[in-house]
Amino acid sequence: MRTTTATQLVYYADAIREALALEMRRDPAVVLFGEDIALYGGAFGVTRGLLDEFGPERVVNTPISEGGFTGLAIGAALTGLRPVVEYMFMDFIALAADQIVNHAAKFREIYGEQARVPIVFRAAGGAGRSYGATHSQMLEGWFMHVPGMKVVAPSTAEDARGLLISAIRDDDPVLVVEHKDLYKVRMPLSAEARPIPFGAARVLREGDAATVISYSKAVHTAALAAAQLAQDDIHVEVIDVRSLKPLDTATIAASVRKTGKALIVTEAMGVAGPAAELAYQVMAGAFEYLEAPIVRLTARETAIPFAPPLEAAAVPGVEEVARAVRALVG
Amino acid sequence: MENRSVMHPDWPAARILRTMLLIRRLEERVDALFAAGELRGTSHLSAGQEATAVGACAALRADDYVTSNHRGHGHFLAKGGEARRIMAELFGKATGYSQGKGGTQHMADFSIGFLGMNGITGGMLPIAAGAAFSARYRGSGQVALAFFGDGASNQGTFHEALNLAAIWRLPAVFLCENNCYAMSSPACHMVSGARIADRAAGYGLPGVTVDGNDVAAVYAAVAEAAARARAGDGPTLIEALTYRILGHSRGDLRVYRTREEEAEWAARDPIARFTAAAQAADILSPDDIAASEAAVATEVAAAEAFARASPFLAS
Repeated sequence: MRTTTATQLVYYADAIREALALEMRRDPAVVLFGEDIALYGGAFGVTRGLLDEFGPERVVNTPISEGGFTGLAIGAALTGLRPVVEYMFMDFIALAADQIVNHAAKFREIYGEQARVPIVFRAAGGAGRSYGATHSQMLEGWFMHVPGMKVVAPSTAEDARGLLISAIRDDDPVLVVEHKDLYKVRMPLSAEARPIPFGAARVLREGDAATVISYSKAVHTAALAAAQLAQDDIHVEVIDVRSLKPLDTATIAASVRKTGKALIVTEAMGVAGPAAELAYQVMAGAFEYLEAPIVRLTARETAIPFAPPLEAAAVPGVEEVARAVRALVG
Repeated sequence: MENRSVMHPDWPAARILRTMLLIRRLEERVDALFAAGELRGTSHLSAGQEATAVGACAALRADDYVTSNHRGHGHFLAKGGEARRIMAELFGKATGYSQGKGGTQHMADFSIGFLGMNGITGGMLPIAAGAAFSARYRGSGQVALAFFGDGASNQGTFHEALNLAAIWRLPAVFLCENNCYAMSSPACHMVSGARIADRAAGYGLPGVTVDGNDVAAVYAAVAEAAARARAGDGPTLIEALTYRILGHSRGDLRVYRTREEEAEWAARDPIARFTAAAQAADILSPDDIAASEAAVATEVAAAEAFARASPFLAS
């Protein structure tokens, strides 16, 4: 085991690739499926170079058949492999939803322990790159709704690597929501790769004025807003839940019990979305400590628009978060 | 003589008959239990399709994979499932294959390669392709066979699974039981093209149509397809023409088909045809047949008694 603690700045995409490579070296049952993931390296280059090391039997280019290759990977998972499936854009997971919801997630529930489905669904979600309405959604809420599913959404390179390692080693289906606007962001990554357990939130900034709860790219939005607010001596606590299901309700409750106020920021839709569940958990865990109604900032009820200013306005921005905090603590 | 062809040595005529009879009598008993209001929910019974299930499974290795569909009791029994655990599942009991959590269309036993029935039409086709991928990746020499119906041949998963299995030459066999109806919708109204097997050509695969009520014909077609798959030559699409004797599910008044049509198919009953042919070929005697009937009656009665005596899972 390496003991170095040296940390380097790497792209979020590179951290994901490192997790894939490490797990593929460790376990020959790990196989990748996805569109254009082999020679091309995937639309965002996440799997670039893996073909050279692991060959076409393990880095498998699929036809554009999301339902078909998802079901195929599930069948492989049922019979001894540990597939990692890439959805080039999270929107395309709609085409695979039946296989994920009615097959992967249900097999263990109905067929028992003989039917473990150790599979990872990696989906590139989120707006910010002007890809338009069918290439920009955050659909994790759909899958949080399904018994048998685990859902994680890393905001940092470290979490992207560590949560993906945990997802690959997990014996149940896991949806890993990657944010396409983070792939080309450099972030610190420790030298030693470690699995990060599910259900453990991270407090990335401590404060007492309010708790801002978020995940994925919205964590960066929240952190920027928090830094801006700190200049006015408003110190918010920022929590990256990282793992939506299972959810670290204890960390969320402890924070809101301290601050008495909660703002939830997500890039997913609001109605029946992840923010609704987070708000319920805040209420359930800290009701008697709440000094104000819980506030949520989510994507607007709209198809994500193309034009950069319209797109930016459709999801919570730094100024919007800062305004919401000021109103909440005002 | 249609049934004279030699089938697998593990499947002598007595076993073929006994398994087909077990499916028929179990399905008939389940139908009666539903009619009497003793079973809840729904059921999709495979009476009339026994030759397809038994002929196909007889042509597979014990460790080969099978995926099934909503009408899967027969597939399961043919692959080696236990009648009493199927019956217990239908009664919703803890001793059932899914401890009562699954019901009629959600049972599996991986220890015999039976990867499960499922209530999503066509949903298991890509999963069978995945089991075939895994078998080849692991070098196990196993084949995966997907049972599905004429209705499933119109799902995207059918086309996607055939294309995937074809481009990667997976050791898979796609066995369509064309029983003439998708619930109430006749295949001739819903399936474009003369034969479902013809769709194989679109994927560069062999497509074979067989008499699905002739157990030896099904056996021969699946044996050839499985051998081809195991040799690394890729998948085959087989269309077995058969008929659902009972309705689609509980409560089906069969208004969409005539009694004359049912009588025509009754004359082609797969079990009667097999026993007639086997007697003509002198491989089964009237005593063998009576003994099989008696043994199956005992097994179905014991299965029901076991199911009734079993507890529900603690909730």
